[in-house]
Parts: sequence; C-alpha cells; structure tokens
Amino acid sequence: MKKKWDIKLEVLGGLLALLWLVPFYLMFVNSFKSKKEIFMDTISLPEAWSFDNYITAFEELDFMRTLFNSLLITVISVVLIIFFSAMAAYALSRAKSRLSTVLFFTFVAAMLIPFQSVMIPLVTVFGQFEMLNRGGLIFMYLGFGASLSIFLYHGALNNIPRSLDEAATIDGANRWQVFWHIIFPVLKPITVTVAILNIIWIWNDYLLPSLVINTPGSETIPLKMFFFFGEYTKQWHLALAGLTLAIVPVIIFYFFAQREIIKGVSDGAVK
Amino acid sequence: MRTKDLSYWLFLAPVLLALTLVVIVPMLLGVYYSFTTWNGINTGEFVGFQNYINLFKDERFLDSLWFTTKFSIVSVILINIIGLSLALLVTGRVRSSKLLRTTFFMPNLIGGLILGFIWQFIFIKVFASIGEIIGMESLQGWLSTTDTGFWGLVILMSWQMAGYIMVIYIAYLEGMPKELLEASEIDGASTFQRFRYIIFPLVAPAFTVSMFLTLSNSFKLYDQNLSLTGGGPYNSTEMVAMEIFKTAFTQNDFAYAQAKAVIFFVIVAIIALVQVYLNKRKEVEM
Repeated sequence: MKKKWDIKLEVLGGLLALLWLVPFYLMFVNSFKSKKEIFMDTISLPEAWSFDNYITAFEELDFMRTLFNSLLITVISVVLIIFFSAMAAYALSRAKSRLSTVLFFTFVAAMLIPFQSVMIPLVTVFGQFEMLNRGGLIFMYLGFGASLSIFLYHGALNNIPRSLDEAATIDGANRWQVFWHIIFPVLKPITVTVAILNIIWIWNDYLLPSLVINTPGSETIPLKMFFFFGEYTKQWHLALAGLTLAIVPVIIFYFFAQREIIKGVSDGAVK
Repeated sequence: MRTKDLSYWLFLAPVLLALTLVVIVPMLLGVYYSFTTWNGINTGEFVGFQNYINLFKDERFLDSLWFTTKFSIVSVILINIIGLSLALLVTGRVRSSKLLRTTFFMPNLIGGLILGFIWQFIFIKVFASIGEIIGMESLQGWLSTTDTGFWGLVILMSWQMAGYIMVIYIAYLEGMPKELLEASEIDGASTFQRFRYIIFPLVAPAFTVSMFLTLSNSFKLYDQNLSLTGGGPYNSTEMVAMEIFKTAFTQNDFAYAQAKAVIFFVIVAIIALVQVYLNKRKEVEM
C-alpha cells in the first residue's frame, strides 16, 4: 500500500520546523548587527552584513586554538573509550563466570551515580596527585564514559557466535589477534554508536573541564565560551557572534554524519 | 577466555583502573567525608549525621530540591507529549520526514551551556521587543522573576529534548508491524481508536526509556541552569546540582556539600530504580 500524502500534516510539520529554527535565526541575524541596532530591533535582518563582530569574537575566543583543544581532548578520549571498552566488554562476554557478572553489574550500576556526587572528592584527589590537567581530564572521561560503552559493546558481543573466536584460535591466533582482527571489525556498527554518543557528550561538556583545566590556553570551546560570555554580557552583538562561531563545528559535523548520529542516539537510548 | 587467564585481566585493566579511580574511590571517599568536617585538605573530625541533620534544616537546599522537583515533573510531561507528537508527525504521511527529523533533533547536538546563552538573549531582548510591538506587558522582564525563570528553563528544555525523545519514539513506531495498522484502518477504526488500542500499547516500552531519560536529565540539570538564569533572581531558580556546586566551591563547605551530594545520589538512584521497576511491570500487563 502506497502512502497517501497528507498535505495538512506536511504544512504543520513545516511550520513547526521553522518554529524550531527560530532561536538559531535570531542568534544568526543579530550576530551581524551593531549594539545600537540590536537595541532598536531584534527581529529583522541586519541593515548591513558586517563581519566586525566576528573578527572581535574570533580573536577574543582565540578560536583556532580553542577549537584545537576541543578536538584534541574529544578525539583522544573517544578513541581510548572505544578501544578499552570494547576490550573489556569482550573479556566480560567471553569469560562467563560469576566474577564477570559482578564486574559487568558494577559498570552498569556506576551509570546511576550522578557527576555531582563524586565531583568534590574527585577534584581534590586528582589535585593532590597533580593530575588536574588535560591528561587527567582524558583519564576521567575514560572512567565516566566506559560504563555505557561497555554496556553497548557487551550487548553486541553476545550476538556474535563464539565459533568465530574458536575458528580463529584453531588457526593459531592468540587472544589479542582474535580480538583485533576478527571481532573488533565485526563490531563496527556499535563502534559508530559508541563514538557518536561519546563525541556529543565530551565535546559539549562544560562542568568537568571547568574544574580540571586551569591553565590559560588549554580551554575547550564551552569553557572559553563561558568566560567570553561573562565578559560581554551587556554586549549581545559580540556574544552572539561568539555563540554562532561555537556552533559552526557542530553544524558541519551534523551535516556530514546526520544519519549515523540519529541512528546512534536512537540505538544508544533504546538498547 | 577464562577469568584465571592473564589476558582477561589485561583486557579489563584500563577501564577497571579508570572506573575505580574516577568513580568508585571518589564515591566511597565522598560517603565517608560526608560524616566529617572535611575541608578538602584535612579530613577533620567525625561528626556522625550532623551534616545530614543540618541539610534538612537548610532552606536554600530544600528550596532548590523543591524547585528541581517541580521543574522535573513539568518537563517530563511536556517533553514526552511534544516528543511523541513530533514522532507521530514525522512517521505520518509527510514527504519531508527526513528533513523534519534533522531539524527537530538539532538542538541536542549543541551543548546546554551554549543553548542557555542563546535563549537568554531571546527571553531578555527578543521577548521584550516583541512585547513592545504587540503591547504585551507580560513579555517584559523575563528571567528576572522566579516564575519566568522557571518557565524559561521549561521552554528551553522542551525545545532541546523533545527532538531527542522523538528519536526514541520513532524507533518504536517504525518497529511496529504495518499490517496491524492497515487492518485496523480497513476495519474502520478511528484515529483515536488506532492510537489508543494499537499504537499506544506497542510503544509502551518507549515510555520506560523516555521517561527515565527525561526525568534523570531534568533532575541532574546544570549547564542550562547556569547559562540561562545562573540560579537568579536571589537563588530562587537554583537547582540541586548548582546548589551543591556553590556550597562546595563558593562557600568552601566541602563536607556539607558532599552530604548534599550523597542525598542527591540516593534520590537519582531511587528514581531510576522505581521507574524501571514500574514500567517493566506495566509492560508485562499490557
């Protein structure tokens, strides 16, 4: 049966989508206006599309450097989470025992702990060991990100028959080789999901970097944005240009990977 | 692979180390510190339940707990209604389904901090200028009162999370057997009947996931709270996560803040467990 087209629904959907985009429209058009123009009118298009606000915001945010910091921390953290969580989930799914069950349950239970409940001792302990830096931050992301990732990998691994491992072992491969050459490639769909969920979370995280990173020049985008906004509260034209800049990388990522992103988020939540 | 093998432990070592040092040790230390006068450097002395007794008399903490509860209840309801409606819309007879999904989901990719700043501009500047044009006094001074701060947060969160929840409902709606719907249509079931007797029971498991996600996300909200209202005016829109943060890092009352953090954990854990339990039972009945 072919779907009939419902034009009323189509129009309703279109209007709602426009409504959803209004905040971005307002941010965008006002980011080109002067301070005086914003004061007069926040709705219409700017009189002239001037990039002055962007030049100032770009410099004040030290944008290229801040972008690089965010990329560096996100990429390293996500790669480590993928490798180590997949390995751990593999061990837990292949060695069925009471110990494995207890460890798996511990990882899952850790997801119940809200960040604020461990935040204060975490910062003081890592502070005592001089680990409040980017290395420490990445290690913390591994600790916080591992649970959900192991959970997702574990579910996928249980659907991969053990005969696959056994065949490779008979051919003389060791555990390490079996995992990396046979199992890990098969896990690719779930790896994409794990990567996307962790990228979204780590890229946008503000609170943890704000507690851990305290050297000027190593701030991530959300962290720098917070300071920037604090300085320009009364100067919306600059603040909005900065916000638009901060969003651009995300929009580019979304443009190229929207199918994978929506699928990843859906799989991650439903499983 | 067996648990006695060296490879078992080597495969587990990195995540076990990270989880232990980042989550388990701080959690256990935190529970211990909450019974002391810890100040971040010295453990201080053991004071039993004193911190816990104090926090139940602490109006600022209780206010934040109440504000968070109200906010969570309203958000959960609105986000789920909007999210389910959007899901029904984009899985309906529309041609722009892909484009609509992409649009509704977009806010979720952007951090809460940045979204909060954008909406701060909208509530403060844009609302005021619209109010001036159409002569509506109630659009002036948003975020400067407790009520407008509350609704500001609700609007921001509904706009952001509805698309996320939509994606979850879509997953269940599209997994639904098409023949069932077609058969009911042929049999003359109305739109409402189809929703009540076919769609609703089949997407019931989606409620477990969605309600759990929205409730715990709303209850733990921090970034949006910080960037939209900052807890103001006069701390009246301060949610629990922010209250704990300020007790620890503004007032430097570490042990006391940690006691609040433990209570926070207990509440979040109870919500999660109760919800999973209730929804599992309901699913079986249906």
